[in-house]
Amino acid sequence: MHGRPRKAPKPEEEAASVAKAQKLRALQTQFFSFHHNKIYTKEAVELSAKLLEINPESYTAWNYRKLAVEHYLSQPDCNPDWIKSVLDDELRVVENALRQNFKSYGAWHHRKWVISKGHSSIDNELRLLDKFQKADSRNFHAWNYRRFVAESMKRSEQDELKYTEDMIYKNFSNYSAWHNRSVLLSALFEKKAEGFLSKEKVLPEEYEFIHQAIFTDPDDQSGWFYHLWLLDQTVTTDSPLLASSWPGHGYDVFLVEDRCYNGSAFSPFTALHSDSGSFPIVLYFNQPVGGVSSSTVTVECGFNKNEDLLWKPLSASNSQTARVWVAHLKIPSSDLLSTVEVSVGHSKGIISTRGFEYSHPSMFSFKVHVQPMERDFSQVSVAESISLREENFKIYGSQSEESIINSFNQLSIKNGHESTASNWRSEALAKEIECFRELLSLMDCKIGKLTLARLLMAYDVMSYPFANKLVHSEEVLELCSDLMKLDPTHYQYYKDEHSMVLLQKVTSSKESLLQHCFQYKDSVSSAICGPVCLRLNNLSLSRMGAFEKLLWVQMLDLSHNELQSIEGLEAMQLLSCLSLRNNKLRSLTALEPLRKLKLLRVLDISYNQIGDHSIDTTRYLCSSPLSHSVGSESNKDETVTSDVALIDNWEAFYIFKDFNLNQLEIVGNTIADEKFKSVLVKIMPKLKQLDGKLLG
Amino acid sequence: MDDIPPYPPIDPTTFDLIVIGTGLPESIIAAAASTASKSVLHLDPNPFYGSHFSSLPLADLPSFLSSHSTSPSPPRSPSSDDPNEFSLLEFATRPLYSSIDISTFSPNLLDQHSRKFNLDVAGPRVLFCADKSIELLLRTGTNQYMEFKSVDATFVGDNKGNLWSVPDSRAAIFKDKSLGLVEKNKLMRFFKLVQGHLAGEQDVKISEEDLQSPFVDFLNKMGLPPKIKSFILYAIAMADYDQEDTGVCRDLLKTKDGIDQLALYNASIGRFQNASGAFLYPIYGQGELSQAFCRRAAVKGCLYVLRMPVTALLVDKDTGCYKGVRLASGQDIFSQKLILDPTFKVTLPLGSSPPLPLKEKLPFFSLKDDKGKIARGICITKTSLKPDISNFLVVYPPRSLFPEQVTSIRLLQIASNLAVCLPGMFVLYISALCNDDDQGKKLIHAVMNTLLTVPLDSESNAAVQSETAEIGSAVQDETSESSSGGPSDSGEEKPTLLWSALYSQELTLGQVDFICSTPMPDGKLNYNDLIDTTFKIFQEIYPEEEFFPETSLENPEVDGDASPET
Repeated sequence: MHGRPRKAPKPEEEAASVAKAQKLRALQTQFFSFHHNKIYTKEAVELSAKLLEINPESYTAWNYRKLAVEHYLSQPDCNPDWIKSVLDDELRVVENALRQNFKSYGAWHHRKWVISKGHSSIDNELRLLDKFQKADSRNFHAWNYRRFVAESMKRSEQDELKYTEDMIYKNFSNYSAWHNRSVLLSALFEKKAEGFLSKEKVLPEEYEFIHQAIFTDPDDQSGWFYHLWLLDQTVTTDSPLLASSWPGHGYDVFLVEDRCYNGSAFSPFTALHSDSGSFPIVLYFNQPVGGVSSSTVTVECGFNKNEDLLWKPLSASNSQTARVWVAHLKIPSSDLLSTVEVSVGHSKGIISTRGFEYSHPSMFSFKVHVQPMERDFSQVSVAESISLREENFKIYGSQSEESIINSFNQLSIKNGHESTASNWRSEALAKEIECFRELLSLMDCKIGKLTLARLLMAYDVMSYPFANKLVHSEEVLELCSDLMKLDPTHYQYYKDEHSMVLLQKVTSSKESLLQHCFQYKDSVSSAICGPVCLRLNNLSLSRMGAFEKLLWVQMLDLSHNELQSIEGLEAMQLLSCLSLRNNKLRSLTALEPLRKLKLLRVLDISYNQIGDHSIDTTRYLCSSPLSHSVGSESNKDETVTSDVALIDNWEAFYIFKDFNLNQLEIVGNTIADEKFKSVLVKIMPKLKQLDGKLLG
Repeated sequence: MDDIPPYPPIDPTTFDLIVIGTGLPESIIAAAASTASKSVLHLDPNPFYGSHFSSLPLADLPSFLSSHSTSPSPPRSPSSDDPNEFSLLEFATRPLYSSIDISTFSPNLLDQHSRKFNLDVAGPRVLFCADKSIELLLRTGTNQYMEFKSVDATFVGDNKGNLWSVPDSRAAIFKDKSLGLVEKNKLMRFFKLVQGHLAGEQDVKISEEDLQSPFVDFLNKMGLPPKIKSFILYAIAMADYDQEDTGVCRDLLKTKDGIDQLALYNASIGRFQNASGAFLYPIYGQGELSQAFCRRAAVKGCLYVLRMPVTALLVDKDTGCYKGVRLASGQDIFSQKLILDPTFKVTLPLGSSPPLPLKEKLPFFSLKDDKGKIARGICITKTSLKPDISNFLVVYPPRSLFPEQVTSIRLLQIASNLAVCLPGMFVLYISALCNDDDQGKKLIHAVMNTLLTVPLDSESNAAVQSETAEIGSAVQDETSESSSGGPSDSGEEKPTLLWSALYSQELTLGQVDFICSTPMPDGKLNYNDLIDTTFKIFQEIYPEEEFFPETSLENPEVDGDASPET
């Protein structure tokens, strides 16, 4: 029950509890002897009932009773009446146990097991549930069991929905009731039940309903949770969409053997350098999907066979679903101009994690130019050092602006699914925005501000394809800043939100993005990176985002931010040069996303906090050699076990072994002592430069 | 009451206390005094318990009201001076009810079943689940003699006949369909403020300055819209007078008092598991309360004699001190103290001069106190004012029915499940404070016209006459009558009036003086103020005794047996 303060036990209560323990121990000893000897006599079974009435948490006793029931039911002389009486006995024991503790997992589970046998009347169960839900209307065990009973009885979702309504009217601070409502509605939507054909009709009514709760008592959280669910239902389209890709539609990609350039019609934004003999095609979906393969995505070109393409999900975990999928095309060996056509989802198989089919087949094409190798560049590159320092950048001059903008236009995301952003969704959002502005005009309310911020962002994102700008981003940023002050305990969360919105804003238009694009030194002198560097430094970002609009970036400056994580960065497959200097990265495992960046050559992680904290709090969130996700990978490597230094630095080994770095800056981290650096050199034999020193 | 059988003499003839009248205050005092081991004689000239707080059969109500409406009969020939040492001061009755107006639209039906009705003389009245009457009932164990049911809802009415439910709790605010989101927010925040204040939370304390200011000003300061203000003032805090018109307001509520009222209301909701609203109503009517306390007194040894009028007060010839009373039977009974029902007043025989001390006190005692009047109405209908709900309260805030309405009008509908009327019927109690009878009538009529169809006299008589066969049940009657073509029944869905009683009641206060006199039923909805006054009277006559000491709680009488006290 809720709101009952804990009291220190009185001496007589303590004495009673000691006596109870003694009795329980005696019972238990006897019980175990019955159990081990498989004795299922009447007395033995009754003893287990006694035990369970005192301690409903005794799982062994429940299991013993299950065995006993199975034993009785397997008797040759058992008839239906006998079965019924055996099972009724079980139900009675469960009821008594629940009276002792109505939140006993074991007891509720045993009841389910008995009912599943199908010999007992299920009508009684609803009556029992009414009793328990009266005692505590939020008891989620009872609600869980209710769902089970409703399903067994084939009670309609509509009836159950009405029941949640009644419970909510009694007391609307009921997470369980609101939750059940969301479960039932989801089921009805999925079934396309009568009256639930479209969310368009149902969701506005639900919004209306939840407003009553939120406005009556904005301090009560249960309503807000339901509102968040409704918002999610409003914003998320059922079927996944392709948000962006690299190369984009209409790109001209110039490839030099061993490298690739955009060549003569120099478009610095689409410049790509590759020394691996291949270049990536990246698909970025608006939600995690599975099933991307050469059968669901067709790549037509003269120099690769579609069936040879291997599509890989890019995600931190080892799961087979991801927002970002990548395949590598081999660079053709001869001088060639060829068009590549990519069609996504023309045959079924791409399915979102929610189980919805990708239903908007789309196609994009780009051109690939191949030129013979230029020997000079490869020689220069050997000794080249990239330094992302202020003096090395210059902003684009006015004379080159036009060509920059022209090439930038190529980046604008072509979305063929604009029509799917149906009107009712944005109407619903607009209504909600108005509603919460009103609430905030009445009172100061943290969660109200957060909700308004979410609504405004969702609204902007939804109307972006039409408006082509984020109208509310200033207001959202203000709300986030406000919340950081109002609610310091959740500072980091608001900071993250702030970062995301800021990034959305920066990437929303070419004008704002161009302000962050710089020319690195003399653009042609670099053979490793493209000539354009996106500088998102000094923005006090705590999180990175807006990847779908940054797939083209090869040189990224994220220095002087407050990044603790670079989750999602794996989507930026073209990155070859990255500065994370002066951030708040705390562990090597935080660098995990970089493992998937095959083109990364220059990395600056200097002046972070790697090694400051002896306990890596992110370890359990990211995969590690101790977790299943990478266990099989590292076992293959014999070197781990053979080298003591590497065993001590398994994290470094695991993170860096797949890197193809030329250049690494790690100075200014606690971990980066000489010993560690020597380990790094061992792990990465190709490394040419470490902390500014050339390696032999 | 002329042919009363001869009385057996009362024995003993001397008591600590004589209580005349079995109204609620008298009954509580009798019970309290008996509990304090006083010997008590409790008399009532009526053949029933409860006096002005009683619940009466339909036929008895008009006669009770009119018996208290005449001017005091001139004292019978002064019995001159008795041969003994006492002066006799004759009792006279006060006219307490006026403008009694009984209308019967279905005489056969109601007359036949008169005894099935228990009509409250002092309605509308309810008990708040957490008010002083409930505390007293529980503390004294008197609750064992009674059963209650919940009054399910409170509504605020308007002049179009709409009844708006009063959002009086968190759940009710959430559920309410008439309030906008902003109103819901403001109202709930106000409730939270009050709750926080009452719980002593430091950061939500209401300032002393605010507490002393008028409640209506405080509500304005909180930015509550007029609709909600009206809900809080008149349907929750139960203010009687227009709080926004200081010219006519006689009970301007201070914030402090308003908050106390809200606290009472709030504590009442959900106090008892099976009571859904804030109020309770006793099965068999409000008269049960007086009777229950009389039972309580009897258990403690109080002697009861009903149908026993008293004729005169016995006063010491020399000192002018009270000595006893002369009963209608002619017997003289003596006691230390006397409590009088407000019905009685003592008149001085013309030309005779009472002893000096008495002379000084009497004028004060017999002064008619003018605290205005209360207009009451009782209506009987055969359909509920609101479908699907039978027991509920309706408040018409000042100015809600017509511009000159300066007081709240309250209406209580009670159904047959509380055993106050024939099955399928409903009793409506209406009351409003007023300055004079005409004003009172206007207020009661305003409500009746808004909510009820009042049949024309001739038509209803015709309808009744056409009913030939004896009517078995009210339900049958209902169908036959409506089919016989009440014109109003078809068009609007207003319930048709079957019977009504309208009357004005004097609001005499209790007096603590030469002789203690109990108050008449007041204009409030519950008994809180009456219980306060009763407590004061008890303290006055027994300053050294505790008013129902706590021990009576620990040893409640389970059955009616008088157990010896320790």
